[in-house]
Amino acid sequence: MKLTTMREAIATYVHDGDTVAIEGFTACICFAAAHEIIRQGRRDLTLCRMTPDLIYDQMVAAGCARKLVFSYLGNPGVGPLHAVRRAVEKSIPAPLELEEYSHFGMVARYIAGAYRLPFFPLRSYLGSDLPKVNPRIRFVESPYGDGAVAVVPPLNPDVAIIHAQRADANGNTQLWGLLGAQKEAAFAARHVIVVAEEIVDEEVIRSDPNRTLIPGLIVDAVVHEPYGAHPSYVQGYYDRDNDFYLRWDEISRDEAATCAWLEEWVYGVRDRAEYVEKMGRETWERLQPAQAWARPVNYG
Amino acid sequence: MSDYSPSEMMIVAAARALAGIRTVFVGVGLPNIACNLAQRTVAPDLELVYESGVYGARPARLPLSIGDPALITGALSVCSMADLFGLYLQGGRIDVAFLGGAQIDRYGNLNTTVIGDYAHPKVRLPGSGGACEIAIHARQVFIIMRLSRRSFVERLDFLTSPGHLSGSGEREQLGMPGRGPQVVVTDKCVFRFDAGTGEMVVVSLHPGVRLEDVRAEMGWDPRVSPDLRETEPPTPEELRLLREELDPLGVYRS
Repeated sequence: MKLTTMREAIATYVHDGDTVAIEGFTACICFAAAHEIIRQGRRDLTLCRMTPDLIYDQMVAAGCARKLVFSYLGNPGVGPLHAVRRAVEKSIPAPLELEEYSHFGMVARYIAGAYRLPFFPLRSYLGSDLPKVNPRIRFVESPYGDGAVAVVPPLNPDVAIIHAQRADANGNTQLWGLLGAQKEAAFAARHVIVVAEEIVDEEVIRSDPNRTLIPGLIVDAVVHEPYGAHPSYVQGYYDRDNDFYLRWDEISRDEAATCAWLEEWVYGVRDRAEYVEKMGRETWERLQPAQAWARPVNYG
Repeated sequence: MSDYSPSEMMIVAAARALAGIRTVFVGVGLPNIACNLAQRTVAPDLELVYESGVYGARPARLPLSIGDPALITGALSVCSMADLFGLYLQGGRIDVAFLGGAQIDRYGNLNTTVIGDYAHPKVRLPGSGGACEIAIHARQVFIIMRLSRRSFVERLDFLTSPGHLSGSGEREQLGMPGRGPQVVVTDKCVFRFDAGTGEMVVVSLHPGVRLEDVRAEMGWDPRVSPDLRETEPPTPEELRLLREELDPLGVYRS
């Protein structure tokens, strides 16, 4: 039985020193998993994400991370990630190593990992200083005489955590809206935890197979966690809490305020259900999205 | 008459540069609003492409980030980022990309990575995002940045995204498919790039701005076009769209 609790899933599949990818580009970022990792006191994690976003800012502030592997380090549309900056610039609460790529480079690393290839080629990094500061970005001569091409090595996380609209109890997972690099990250990982807004019957999945991003085949644990991606969003379920992204800019500027926030909203709640209740109904009403249903298609 | 802000002039000038363009890769912040304005004025067939995986967005309100849910509702296509970067960008389907940065040099090279030394930075910036490959592949790159001595520098602290590197011809030698930066729109003036040298040239000054004002905000003495003009001020309709429809809260206009 793959259906389990977040506490159990994190205890089983996330260990000190692991390489962890909680993917999701702006949407479907599983803050519920991050908060459980913080509560369980994991240390020395190598955290991979194209955009570390608030989720890794919070994990860095809580002292979970040793290293970030990323391509865009910011609070999107707002400003910098202050906790990450404190760690990089002042080693607070601990030093933080950075390994950086461009977006396409990160995607290419997941693809190489998922395809079990030794590297993946892309036409990027020409003229850029990035290869000078990241020796894992290299250039190889095309064996077909087409000049030099950049290559990046595979990224195979110990665990990938994917948040989605719906999954069945076996982990067959359907996701819509922004797809980011979730499929590639999941197939690249040694273990996969799927976190879903809704657990549905296998029949629902089978009624729309094109929408299945991740097959249960590669999934180890399934967690039912409504609102598990807040303050990011889940298309059709709840909107992005832009107010919180702005508020985090204020909170995270100050180390004490950051710790107080973690104390109240992460350590101070038992699980996501308590966080959801504590946020209050007005939050969820404010984030209620409009209706925009797709037309059904005939698979017969 | 100057009942508009320098930012409004900058957004309007950037939007006009998109006249007749079909596909534009949109960034966060000012490019976002410029592209949304262009779609409602000079480029109705403009397809907005976002690195988050959205092609052909028709946002009902101004998106707050490149991953805003408003970009997905009603879009022509939403795909994985592997498809977006592999098929759309590297596949050569992007006419224009908007980029910006913390620092730019005379050849339009951009820094979005660090101020100071890489290992011990004074300021750690976001990094590349998709900008490095966008700068290489888009047919043309348009840059939108506020003019200031801190940003327009003689030497970048870090070269994140290549412009014309150290002059014309270098991109071609390296085999870059895109033509690189073509225009830089600021809150004081517009630059284009000299075909011979690849260097930035002042081509128009916004109303009320003098050449000294531009020089005072730059880390090098810029070349000036012999046909230096005054930028057309915003029309009442452009200002109405900006103020009433695109940015009613004035986030980007101040």
